[in-house]
Amino acid sequence: MSQPNALSAPPLSSSRNSNAWSRLCSRQDLVANSGVVAWLDGAQVALFHLPHTPDGEQLFAVENRDPKSGANVVGRGIVGQLKGDLVIASPLYKQHYRLKDGSCVEYPEQRLRVWPVRLNGDVVEIGPLG
Amino acid sequence: MNSIVTPIKSETLVIIGNGMVGHHCVEQLIERGALAHYDVHVFGEERQRAYDRVHLSEYFGGRDAESLALCEADLYTLHGVHLHLGVQVLEIDRQTREVVTTAGRQAYDRLVLATGSYPFVPPIPGADGSSRLVYRTLDDLDAIRAAAVHARRGVVVGGGLLGLEAANALKSLGLEAHVVEFAPRLMPVQLDAEGGSALRARIEALGVGVHLSRATQEIVPGEEYAYRMNFNDGEFLETDLILFSAGIRPQDALGRSAGLAVAERGGVIIDGDYRTSDPAIFAIGECASWNGSCFGLVAPGYAMARNLAAQLVGEQHDPFAGADMSTKLKLLGVDVGSIGDAHAATPGAKSYRFIDETTGSYRRLVISADGKKVIGAVLVGDNSYYDTLLQYAQNAIALPKDPSSLILPLSDGAPTLGADALPATATICSCHNVSKGAVCCAVDAGCTDLGDLKAETKAGTGCGGCSALLKQVFEHELSARGVAVDKSLCEHFAHTRQELYAIVRVEGVISFDELIARHGRGHTGCEICKPAVGSILASCWNQPITDPALVPLQDTNDTFMANMQKNGTYSVVPRIAGGEITPDKLIALGVVAKKYDLYTKVTGGQRIDLFGAQLHQLPDIWGELIEAGFETGHAYGKSLRTVKSCVGSTWCRYGVQDSVGMAIRLEDRYKGLRAPHKIKFGVSGCTRECAEAQSKDVGVIATEKGWNLYVSGNGGMRPRHAELFATDLDDATLIRFIDRFLMFYIRTADKLQRTSVWRESLEGGLDYLKEVVIDDSLGLAAELEAQMQLVVDRYECEWANALQDPEKLKRFRTFVNDERGDPDIHFVKERGQRRPVHASELHLIPVTEETP
Repeated sequence: MSQPNALSAPPLSSSRNSNAWSRLCSRQDLVANSGVVAWLDGAQVALFHLPHTPDGEQLFAVENRDPKSGANVVGRGIVGQLKGDLVIASPLYKQHYRLKDGSCVEYPEQRLRVWPVRLNGDVVEIGPLG
Repeated sequence: MNSIVTPIKSETLVIIGNGMVGHHCVEQLIERGALAHYDVHVFGEERQRAYDRVHLSEYFGGRDAESLALCEADLYTLHGVHLHLGVQVLEIDRQTREVVTTAGRQAYDRLVLATGSYPFVPPIPGADGSSRLVYRTLDDLDAIRAAAVHARRGVVVGGGLLGLEAANALKSLGLEAHVVEFAPRLMPVQLDAEGGSALRARIEALGVGVHLSRATQEIVPGEEYAYRMNFNDGEFLETDLILFSAGIRPQDALGRSAGLAVAERGGVIIDGDYRTSDPAIFAIGECASWNGSCFGLVAPGYAMARNLAAQLVGEQHDPFAGADMSTKLKLLGVDVGSIGDAHAATPGAKSYRFIDETTGSYRRLVISADGKKVIGAVLVGDNSYYDTLLQYAQNAIALPKDPSSLILPLSDGAPTLGADALPATATICSCHNVSKGAVCCAVDAGCTDLGDLKAETKAGTGCGGCSALLKQVFEHELSARGVAVDKSLCEHFAHTRQELYAIVRVEGVISFDELIARHGRGHTGCEICKPAVGSILASCWNQPITDPALVPLQDTNDTFMANMQKNGTYSVVPRIAGGEITPDKLIALGVVAKKYDLYTKVTGGQRIDLFGAQLHQLPDIWGELIEAGFETGHAYGKSLRTVKSCVGSTWCRYGVQDSVGMAIRLEDRYKGLRAPHKIKFGVSGCTRECAEAQSKDVGVIATEKGWNLYVSGNGGMRPRHAELFATDLDDATLIRFIDRFLMFYIRTADKLQRTSVWRESLEGGLDYLKEVVIDDSLGLAAELEAQMQLVVDRYECEWANALQDPEKLKRFRTFVNDERGDPDIHFVKERGQRRPVHASELHLIPVTEETP
């Protein structure tokens, strides 16, 4: 559940079972430094792409449903940084979720699900829920 | 994190009850390292782990059981606490020191009762099923929701604090709500007669029926509704469901059957150390009775839990010495506060009372016989007085010369007690028992960040009611130690908005990346600095906000150039300058609204708002609107919204100038201007002022000789009349002055500061503003006009711009890899149009249509 899902173009010899990764969308679907939403078998996945960070290119996949409002809007929030953590601010009530594990800064009882995600060439690949 | 492994546990501690207080006790035990010594077993009768009962009503507002939970699901296991949920404790065997449960027996060395309370239901013949509902647990709420499905009207028996909460819950389920109270007033425990009647007036105004001095004698089948309640006075009331909230009783059955001493009015008797008549058994929270009283609030329950945990690990603890039952809350949206001796029961107590029957506001201040101290207070309608009064009462602070000033309305809001006037012992946060002294200690230890202070002391993390006071005390203590209070925009920029504006202008900065690289910290920014910088860049250079470098800076409304509503759909507002629209364009709007089934409403700014569009529909909708000759209305931006006008001299027999013509001219000039906050204009054609220009940021009123200009008015939460700025201006001078005024505002205001607040914060006030704008005292006028002209010349409809660029449109997809819309968005029909479904109406979904 709390497994970090920030991966940047991992080597092909990934230790994970490669069958567990599936194609979600393409790199061209992403919007730099902002979010888009993809459909994954009934789940809504918000993808945030940060092409240039001190840690290199980063991609995150978190649940699109905002637990506070119940609306599917997380992918339309603003990406930011709070005390070193990359966060997404929900656009309706502005609470922050850490991108690495989906935990909420203001309401510890709220949490977004996170998926492992990676860029494989021009393909965005998603893994099973951690 | 790995679970903590402890080899030797010498004693077994059993806690019965996993409510808020029982859970807090476990948290405190974990925090104090008690798990090294005790093997802890917790028994909870309910299926769910501990949840927030204080905010139970939010369960009907869309929050689910999981989000109400007080901790992560794995907290207990992580620390080796054995949690037995859905297991009822049937008996305490004090001989063998075992508890007998529905799942077996569990031995204990020490036992804590945290069984809470249960709702009292008076024995009324006919009360059963849907006519005997209660409001205490999540299961109760599920039962209420189920009963409400086919109901039109619901009655709450009991007009106390919980009863009014319950009435609110019924209202949020869409029922016509009524409250029946035995006493002659609402909230009889906390309020006096006048307070009760003020509250009644407010609550009746909300459409809730209030029936006082009524005792229900029997419940029989009804004629129009399912049930009929027959009252003692011969009257009756029909309803489809009945919810009892007539008080709570301590859940002391286990203690009683085990032979523990129980108080006359219920509750297991405890001493100051929370010990019952059996020294191995403790009781905390609502099930305990101390000195003949039970305490039905969270704060005393938490205090008991905290002190018992300390005692169990051998730390120093405070003996229980009673609790302050002062409380403030919002019931059905109405502020209600009660402090100390609200009824002036203390011998010799004297009262001051303030009653405003026009607004249903009431305040009572109770002072001691010697006239030196506040001993109680009652507030209805406005709780802004609460914090100060509570501090006076709790800390025995000497009264001001005229004590009535503490409850009288002041022109600039409620009186506040300076943070320096509080003694070190003053309680700032009563949920976590944090004193001003503790805040000072944290500051002395080097804490300079409010967030860190909250994390360290837990102050302000309970009910949150003390947040404003905490911030005030914190900032005061920082200043007192010579630490500059941080006025930084956020953690990424140690500048104010004004300073950033100057940097952008002077250095010609055109991107966020450039600004943060040169003057900020980090590389990402946050949701505070990004939109603020986005706004500054737009005010200065007016580049399309959908440009790739600018789009990540915008709030979602600017990003998608529409206004996000509560269910994640958008509303669309095309510009209708001056409120003037041709029949053809009106028809075109109607055609688009009908085609996309958009809820349609006329706005206060003489425009038409179309609600309920999904993200992927916005480009199509705007394609059709632009085809019909519309352009974006910037309803989503911190920018010029509308210029409202009356019909003026063209048609009106009183009009002296063409107000519509001027309104359109002004709206066309300033449309698209980004500012620290939204800006509204009004233009009236004569002194009758039908356009309400004096409530706008910029108001223009026609005179025989030209135009009078008013500035810095505001409607909204804090209305302010605009001030007369200049008189009898010709058209050109009027526009020149407005150019200068707006650009000076954009240059010097704080982020999200309306012109009204900005004007009040200007040193030198209106006269100074006149000197700058009219007399050009700073020599800035030409520059301000030129800056405005640049913005005007660069105007471009953002939607027209975006529609030409496939790259920009690619963001307008609900899912990037699927054509479908959001399947969780549901509507129902109301008054011939669709609106978002309420959480309580989700059972209606099968019969509603979804957007394609």
